[in-house]
Amino acid sequence: MQLRDIAHSRTGDKGDHSNISVIAYDPADYDFLRTHLTAEKVRAHFAGIVKGHVERFELPGLGALNFLMFNALGGGVTRSLALDAHGKCLASALLALELPDRQTD
Amino acid sequence: MKTIRIGSGAGYSGDRIEPAVELAQKGGIDYLVFECLAERTIAIAQRARLADPEAGHDPLLEARMRAVLGLCHEKGIRIISNMGAANPQAAARKVLLIAQELNISGLRVAAVSGDEVLGDLLDGDYPIQETGAPARTMRDVLISANAYIGAEPIVEALARGADVVITGRVADPSLFLAPQIHEFGWAPDDWDRLGKGTLVGHLLECAGQVTGGYFADPGVKDVPGLARLGFPIGEVSEDGSAVITKVPGSGGRVCEATLKEQILYEVHDPRAYLTPDVTADFSGVTVRGIGPDRVAVCGATGRARPETLKASVGFVDGYIGEGQISYAGPAALARGQLAAEIVRERFEIIGLKARELRFDLIGVNAILGDTFSAPAAPAEVRLRVAGRTATMAEAKRIGAEVETLYTNGPASGGGAVQSARQIVAMLSALIPRARVSPRVDIFTSEDL
Repeated sequence: MQLRDIAHSRTGDKGDHSNISVIAYDPADYDFLRTHLTAEKVRAHFAGIVKGHVERFELPGLGALNFLMFNALGGGVTRSLALDAHGKCLASALLALELPDRQTD
Repeated sequence: MKTIRIGSGAGYSGDRIEPAVELAQKGGIDYLVFECLAERTIAIAQRARLADPEAGHDPLLEARMRAVLGLCHEKGIRIISNMGAANPQAAARKVLLIAQELNISGLRVAAVSGDEVLGDLLDGDYPIQETGAPARTMRDVLISANAYIGAEPIVEALARGADVVITGRVADPSLFLAPQIHEFGWAPDDWDRLGKGTLVGHLLECAGQVTGGYFADPGVKDVPGLARLGFPIGEVSEDGSAVITKVPGSGGRVCEATLKEQILYEVHDPRAYLTPDVTADFSGVTVRGIGPDRVAVCGATGRARPETLKASVGFVDGYIGEGQISYAGPAALARGQLAAEIVRERFEIIGLKARELRFDLIGVNAILGDTFSAPAAPAEVRLRVAGRTATMAEAKRIGAEVETLYTNGPASGGGAVQSARQIVAMLSALIPRARVSPRVDIFTSEDL
């Protein structure tokens, strides 16, 4: 199962750091996300892009997780050589992450 | 319980203008707020002001004001905006000139200034957050430093009867918090309500991003009418509870999901969203759809505001040169890769002095690098070469070398473009609140 099947997301940037929210369409999937979508998994998904560590924040009231990825934007939007200096595209790219099927959980 | 309606007329400096007109016409709003000041804009505006004392405000100030000033005056809607950028006083005078042109009399326009702190940074011992080095060691390249100031001076301007309030660098949510404090008389240490009001500001500050903009994903998250997207309205009550909605019949969509995405947009630790007004806590926020395009939001709170203010510091960070060229058809990828190899070798031959270089194949690895799988045989690829240099002349050599691939490179390269630009980059520093003295000046037609 792809993360995109159960969640949506949005990216924001501040300096060289990027945050990606992951929001369960169905709040009932929040606990599943909390168990399977770890900071380590997100960091591995973006290996080569995220240079620093990844921190995860939990928002049970929204059924959402917020990932803060350090040093992910090639020096930050105002100086990066990257085509997508804001890292705006990263939110959709995260949704390609593979998760175990819920039945096997 | 008293309720006010705040419309968000722009989410960035180049945003669409019609949605703001629609809000003024049909939104039933009391305030129209335009957030137009990106981090780097103020540094660039500062230089424009040095060249011309009446310049340095937002380039769309006049167009936006011509579009909404008459309607707002007629309906008693007060306008708040950071379109003053590096020159709020000149912007305020320009608003009055436009009012005169439109035969609007008796307008009071406030300019909020005092966010400039470059002198303090150069004289003091303030470290740059990103590097740890004192700001004064960058004296030769610094061009601006502006502290993010809070809602207080805007509240003062509203209390002094301003119809239009024009600011420079103010924290984005503070532009929206100010009318709530003014209307409801919230105390400066009512952290809970200031936290709630800040969340409303945060939800509104990117305009269309909470009404269905930046959200659509066909088949999964569909949004109607994005070409005529309606901008948001925050309906706020005295106790800080709020509903986000938009003009009926406008394009877009306000739903629980659009709010959730925007609540977390550019948020790091949701328990500590720092603004000059409050340390807001969004961790317990919930949203609830209560009608078509109407969503109630509650559960935000706050703690004491930070003792320091964040200043954004602009500096000249060299130049970026760039060149692009496309390849298509069978083996497009191989020709794109060959083109990149040739340019690399050329840079060695000509002795290009670059501090950093980047080679991308657009459509293959330009956004996500080589970690993600790309199609094995793309029908077309576009080589993009970018590099950072110390001088403009050196930056120009990058795109020029890419362009020479036309007659010296792989077969059938097309659509070469090149560019070079000076880079104004941003860093940040923390400055004690006491060093920053916001100032409010009220202008009327008599000042012209």
